[in-house]
Parts: sequence; structure tokens; C-alpha cells
Amino acid sequence: MRRNGIFAKAFCALFALFMLAPILVVIGVSFTPTGYLEFPPSGLSLRWFRAILDNPDFIAAAWISLKLALIAATLATVLAVPAALAIGRGSFRGREALQALFMSPLMVPTVVLGIAFLRFLTLVGISGTFTGMMLCHVVIVTPFILRLVLASVVGLDAATERAAVAMGASDWTVFRRITLPTILPGIVGGWVLAFITSFDELTVTVFIASPSTTTLPVRMFSHIAQTTDPLVASVSTVAILFTVALMLTVDRLYGLDKLLIGEGKT
Amino acid sequence: MTMASTETLRETARPALPPAARKWLLSAPMLLLFALMLLVPLLMTLVLSFNSFDFYKGIGGDLSLANYAEVLGDGYFYEIFGRTFGIALATTLICAAIGVPLAWFLNRMTPFWRSVMVLVVLGPLLISVVVRTLGWAIILGNKGVLNGALMDLGLIERPIRLMYTSGGIVLALVHVMLPYMVLAVWAALQRADASAEAAAESLGARPWTVFRRVILPQAMPGVLSGSLIVFALSASAFATPAIIGGRRVKVAATAVHDEFMNTLNWPLGAAIAMILLVAIMAVMLTWTRLVEARVGKEYA
Repeated sequence: MRRNGIFAKAFCALFALFMLAPILVVIGVSFTPTGYLEFPPSGLSLRWFRAILDNPDFIAAAWISLKLALIAATLATVLAVPAALAIGRGSFRGREALQALFMSPLMVPTVVLGIAFLRFLTLVGISGTFTGMMLCHVVIVTPFILRLVLASVVGLDAATERAAVAMGASDWTVFRRITLPTILPGIVGGWVLAFITSFDELTVTVFIASPSTTTLPVRMFSHIAQTTDPLVASVSTVAILFTVALMLTVDRLYGLDKLLIGEGKT
Repeated sequence: MTMASTETLRETARPALPPAARKWLLSAPMLLLFALMLLVPLLMTLVLSFNSFDFYKGIGGDLSLANYAEVLGDGYFYEIFGRTFGIALATTLICAAIGVPLAWFLNRMTPFWRSVMVLVVLGPLLISVVVRTLGWAIILGNKGVLNGALMDLGLIERPIRLMYTSGGIVLALVHVMLPYMVLAVWAALQRADASAEAAAESLGARPWTVFRRVILPQAMPGVLSGSLIVFALSASAFATPAIIGGRRVKVAATAVHDEFMNTLNWPLGAAIAMILLVAIMAVMLTWTRLVEARVGKEYA
């Protein structure tokens, strides 16, 4: 196959610039010494990073997001693994319907999910609580885990499990010693993707968060809606660094393309 | 003989439970959660969209089509829905126009540059949409990066208005949606037969001809499935139109948010959301039908 010509290279360079521009601009702006958004910054200052420390609401929101993402991703994983083992192997009546149901949060517009959760939580009387928010996030992140765990369950070799059963291993032993180690990469990848999805979720959470359970994306969103000062840029920069660190770790452990495309490293 | 003895061993070793029942049992916790936390809330919202609303008495228990009549009978909402689907269509077309050549170039790169580009494509997916849209707000403002650069270059005299316009929303949405399109097209190209391209080249076809006659037809299934995702996500996008469009340039999702959080007319908001849901579903179903008819079932 022929390699790319000069036009193709220029196209790719422009594309990369386009994809990275908003991220680089946010990082650049956060180092400004001035009180307004300017790019390129006229100097380098950590003023707006210190300002984060003076805004406990941002820090509180970040903790809530972190806690929410940790619990929601873990709970969704615990529920998704048995479901994936059931759906992923062999057919049974209702299998397609189950899979479609578990993947459906991806098909319903997020704004519809947001108001549906709000209506439900209000009628049940747990609107604005952390528990209510967590249950909603479990539903939202489930498809992401299920897809990756399903992919690894499908690749599972049933003969090893049958051999273990024939030799008298209990169900639990088979799962712990054979099934789990084999599908572990899929579980880890799914968990990370679920964590990130929950941590970044805005559209649903903006409806169901109360002032005391505001998550970081919601806090940033309402801040941007009111004023645009470099504070939200410095918070963003910290969030970007956090994501990049997580991304590099995942890439080492699992392969980023595998995580997001569901295919092997090329 | 051996087969039979293993079977007996199996049956004595564990309590008999039919395989289908085991599978339902394994899925039961998730099913319970989804029934309670997804199906019930969606049904409640459907009912809510038929309820009446009074600014003093709140949400009424009666059912009528009044909210739907209000949305469908008001030019203001037509404008919002028209804008929503216009933006989604423009975003989809631009994403396809950029995504197809990019996926092709991606295929022809050296492994090192390919993995760099894959990181550039996928990386932004992991960064919050709020952060990325904030970046676009800084770039697109009247005193923003883009207008500043264009004026410095002498290409324009006065700043172009990009913030609070549909054009600005499309630009930022293209950025959010491009990864989905590139991934879909790239997957299609990887499934395709690479020797067709090599054959065309060895027969002396110029790059543009190769692209038009070989790559584009091979990429088509990916473009069609990618378009479906991009259109559906753009039509229901919230964060980007809310930040770039502000209060003035409303789309369906921001209108729903407005009814729920500011006007507090939940039934009307629910009706708008239901119409959005049905409209997106209708477009997706029609699209899938058309694709099935054109390129065969395997690609749909």
C-alpha cells in the first residue's frame, strides 16, 4: 500500500490541531496571571490553581464525583459480570431482549433519562440524595461495562470450564479459578470506562443533583453559565491531568484502543 | 460408557437447575435494577407528559394531549426542533466529510504515527464534554482566539460572531462527534479487502480516483452506521448547545432543561422530551430501513 502524500499529511496535522485545540487552550488559559480569560496568557502564574483551594465547593464537588464514580462503577461491575456470563454464552428465550434492555441506556437520549430519573426519584422521595444519584449512574454506566465483559466472555474457552466441572470443582471454584482470571482484562477495562463515564457525566446529573450532592461537571457547568473566569479553566486543567494519568495507566495495562473500540491492539 | 458415567457424576455433584433458569437467575439482579430504575421512570415520564400543569397548583393528575398540542401548535417549538435537527444534520455531514479521508490516511500510516493519531482521535473522548466545550467557548468568543488570529492576519476586519450561534454549536459538536465517525469508518475499512486498493494503484489510478472508486464504497457501511450514532447523539446533545448557544439559541435538550429547572412546567418539558425521543427513533428506523434496502442487510 502506498504511504500518505503531502496532502494527506497536512490533512492529518490540521485534524490533530482541531482535536487538540480546545484542550490546549483550556490548559493555556489556566496559567494566566490576569483576572479574565486570555490566550495566549500574558505571563505564567499559578494564581488560579491556588484559587481552587479557596473554593471549597469545587473540591467538595470533586470528592462527590470521585465517590460516585467509584461506587457506581464497582456496583455496575458486580451486577454486569453475572449478567454477561448469562447473556454471552448459548442462547435462551429472552436473551436478545435482555441484552437490548441492558444496552438501552445508550439508545435513549440522555436528557430523557435525566428527566425520567428526576421524576422517579421525586415520587419515591429520594431526589437529591447521593443514593438516588448512585443508582442512576449504575444504570448509565452498565452498557459500557457489559459491552467489554461480553466481548471477553464470548472469547472464553468452555472446554476448560467443562474439564473443571468434570473433575468435581464447584460452580464457585470454576468461576474463581478459571472464568474470572480469563475475563479479568475485560472487567478491568469496563470498570475504568464506567468510572470515567460516571465521573464526566453531566446531562443526567444536572437534573438529579442537589446543591449538597453537586458533582464536578455540574459545578463547572453552572459556573460557566454564570461567569467565565480562569478558575474553571484551572479546575479543568487538573481534571485533564487526572484523565491523562488514568489514560496512560490504562494504556499500559490494557490498551486504550482495545478499551474504546473493543478490538485488539493493532 | 465414559460419557454416561461423567453425566451421572455431573448430576450427583450439583443440584439440577435448567440452563435457561440459571441464566435468568444470573441476570436477575441487573434485570431488577433496570426494571425499577429505567423502565418505571421512563413510563412515569410518559404519563407525566400527559398530565396538566398549573403554576399555582402544580402537576395535575388528569391526562390529556394538551402539552403535545401546545408544543406542536407553537411556532417557537418548531423553530427549536428545526434548529435541533438542522444542527444534527450539519454535524453528521461534516463529520462524514472529515472522517472518511482521515480513516483512510490512518490505514496508510506507519504503526508509530498510527498509534499517535489513534490517541489524538480517542483521547478527547475521555475528557469531559464540559471541559472541551469551555475550550471552544474561549476559542469562539468575539475577543476569542480564532477571531484574534484572523484579525491579526488581516483576513477579517470585525470579529465574526460564533458564540451564541448555530454555526458555533455545529463546530463544537463536530469536535465531540468526530471520534465516533472515525472509529466507525476505520472499522469498516479494516474489514475491507486491502488488495483492491493496491490493485487500483498498480493499475495506475491516481489517489483521488482510488479514494472515489475504491475507498469510498468500502467505507460506506461505516459512514452509514457512524452517521446514525452521530446524528442521534447530536440531536440530543445538551452540554455543547447549552454553553455555546447560551439562553438565546435553544435546542430541544436545552428547552427541556429550561422547562424542568427554570419554568418548572415539568409536564410540558416531558412532552418536548418525548417528541424528541420519538423523532430521533423515527429518523433512526427510517435510516436503517433505507440502508438495508440500499446496501443489504449485513451492513445495517
